[in-house]
Amino acid sequence: MAVKSAYIAKKGEKSQKAEKASGPPLSNSGFTKDQELAAYRDMLLIRRFEEKAGQLYGMGFIGGFCHLYIGQEAVVVGLQMAQKEGDQVITSYRDHGHMLACGMDPRGVMAELTGRRGGYSRGKGGSMHMFSREKQFFGGHGIVGAQVPLGAGLAFANKYRGNDHVSVTYFGDGAANQGQVYETFNMASIWKLPCIFVIENNRYAMGTAAPRSTALSDKLSARGEAFGIPAEQVDGMDVRAVKDAADKAVAHCRSGAGPYILEMMTYRYRGHSMSDPAKYRAKEEVQKMREEHDPIEQVKARVIRANMASEDDLKKIDADIRAIVTEAAEFAQSDPEPDAAELYTDIYVNA
Amino acid sequence: MPNILMPALSPTMEEGKLAKWLKNVGDNVKSGDVIAEIETDKATMEVEAVDEGPLTAILVPAGTEGVKVNTPIAVIGEADAAPAAKAAPAPEAAKVDAPATAAPAVIVAAPAAADPEVPEGTEMVSMTVREAIRSAMSEEMRRDKDVFLMGEEVGEYQGAYKISQGMLDEFGPQRVIDTPITEHGFTGIATGAAFAGLRPIVEFMTFNFAMQAIDHIINSAAKTLYMSGGQMGAPIVFRGPNGAAARVGAQHSQDYAAWYGAIPGLKVVMPYTASDAKGLMKAAIRDPNPVIFLENEILYGKSFEVPKLDDWVVPIGKARIARVGRHVTLVSFGIGMVHTLAAADKLAAEGIEAEVIDLRTIRPMDLPAIVESVKKTNRCVCVEEGFPQFSVTSEIAAQVMTHAFDYLDAPVARVAGKDVPMPYAANLEKLALVSADDVVIAAKGVLYV
Repeated sequence: MAVKSAYIAKKGEKSQKAEKASGPPLSNSGFTKDQELAAYRDMLLIRRFEEKAGQLYGMGFIGGFCHLYIGQEAVVVGLQMAQKEGDQVITSYRDHGHMLACGMDPRGVMAELTGRRGGYSRGKGGSMHMFSREKQFFGGHGIVGAQVPLGAGLAFANKYRGNDHVSVTYFGDGAANQGQVYETFNMASIWKLPCIFVIENNRYAMGTAAPRSTALSDKLSARGEAFGIPAEQVDGMDVRAVKDAADKAVAHCRSGAGPYILEMMTYRYRGHSMSDPAKYRAKEEVQKMREEHDPIEQVKARVIRANMASEDDLKKIDADIRAIVTEAAEFAQSDPEPDAAELYTDIYVNA
Repeated sequence: MPNILMPALSPTMEEGKLAKWLKNVGDNVKSGDVIAEIETDKATMEVEAVDEGPLTAILVPAGTEGVKVNTPIAVIGEADAAPAAKAAPAPEAAKVDAPATAAPAVIVAAPAAADPEVPEGTEMVSMTVREAIRSAMSEEMRRDKDVFLMGEEVGEYQGAYKISQGMLDEFGPQRVIDTPITEHGFTGIATGAAFAGLRPIVEFMTFNFAMQAIDHIINSAAKTLYMSGGQMGAPIVFRGPNGAAARVGAQHSQDYAAWYGAIPGLKVVMPYTASDAKGLMKAAIRDPNPVIFLENEILYGKSFEVPKLDDWVVPIGKARIARVGRHVTLVSFGIGMVHTLAAADKLAAEGIEAEVIDLRTIRPMDLPAIVESVKKTNRCVCVEEGFPQFSVTSEIAAQVMTHAFDYLDAPVARVAGKDVPMPYAANLEKLALVSADDVVIAAKGVLYV
């Protein structure tokens, strides 16, 4: 697999420090300085990475479908802060942010987007199908809703093995209408599977506004009630709120009490995919979200206000992130395409 | 004088065990009274009286095995029933595992080549396909703690077709897992567990129901290894009865060999004998790839010789020469072998020596075995129960044409199920399925006789 970037190493150190410094669990009232800065950094990496991916798509380096995560960064970053090593993550095709949050190397992710041999799937998966066994990231799934039972299956494996790991299974408000989601809720409940179902409610299933496709679309957390699964609706634009709710959910699952649902109220700034001009919603709506709820700007404002860091300190982080993303993009453009012989590899594991 | 007849209690039941009488001769029986318990190959069922009156004779004693459907088992009514008792067939004769209508009970591989995988001098034991699959799963579950069985009614019910009978007792509910009726969901869960490194066996009550789950079988289980650049495969077995049973209509009677056989990333196995069912099931469970294991309800109760070995594993992807011959090659698999072997017998009676190849694995297909045989016989008939278009036999025909064209003295002939949804009426169903005569006609066709 691709070489680890300097960013990954630094991040590891940071989060260890953050754990030491944080002490007892914090309430929604606030993060420590280390937590604020780690969240800022992780969210900014996703934002800048996605912007660069959009740019490379426009330049023809990335093909096919490409679904950007811009606007929703607080969800994966907040959740990740509550997880421990060995917990699994699985999601849909809008997966770049999840992979970066899991600690996967931006170079390997970007090189997969460009279909190069240094990509996580050696160029054979693409944007929607990427995995890292090392980081316990189980995809990257292109079929809406399919990741939900698969994620419960990861949780099943944890329970079968008797460990205390949890599976964090993400899906969107659109996927929440798939039948297999409810088949999974039912089994997760009766078998008490340690699975956190994270519904990223970004209010649009592709181009269909949630109220047009979804009953009680502003209350998807209620969808687990019939199965006796506890749930919470969370401000998914506020990384502290996400972390707070995630802590509760993780504790619940680890204790053996069964699954938990978190409905993250979030928003995607870009279209469904790169080819979507998002004509189905008003520009003002997007503008309002950006100005009033942007997850990164929120942290930035808090950090400055609380004198946790100066503008210059944050600029330094910005510069670091830009360097990482630039390097990833350069690698993804210069790395060779897979060897033609790769066409016929990885179809079967040798028995 | 109403005779009570041995009832058919499942679509494929041909005989059963009269386990217990709950009424004695002389008892007055009312309509709806439970008079006896009958053990089928699937379950123990109660028999209720329809007619009323004193039970005047019990014709088949409790404990008798192999009682044919429609055999008189008791008489309700006046005492002149006695002659009926004498007329009834002697139940003792049925104690042997009676031959079925479709296939001989014990397959004697008369002119067959010896199975190269069986060491010489190995003791052979008679075993049904059902027992073979069960013992393979149990042996592998004893061997590897990561192997578990999941599906509808596999546990407390002891298996809808009794394949998993007794396994819940041995392995407990953590490893023999009853699911809700929710194929799409539990197939996804099992596949996720396989991604995490467990080795699930998923039982579909029939493969017809797996259509609800086919997205996970194909898009999740079969493709993820490739999409992940080799990082994440799914070591999983999807198994259950496939193809037509008996008079269960179009939605319950379909052969999926060609469907799954088309998918890169899947292995597809379809055994005929108990020996292959056991050895291939063990191979399938150990295989690190997703394996589709296609069984057949009609074959479950058939007995075959199985080598008595501690670890009998048949490699996936190897065909078996079931009968040696030199005039024509007949290729089949699964229940198609029943008709093909019967056809070979009929042909032999007319002096035509057919070589019969049992494919055993659909994907990867043992093409060299077929080509080798065709080089010898120069003629090929392939036989399957599934639909004829885009079928396993059309694939075989294309491959033989590509790889053995110069050896062929006639176009490859195909015998398949008819191109219609399976009808319910007994006569129409028979017409829709393959018969030995169809195979004989096709074989004579390629021999121009």
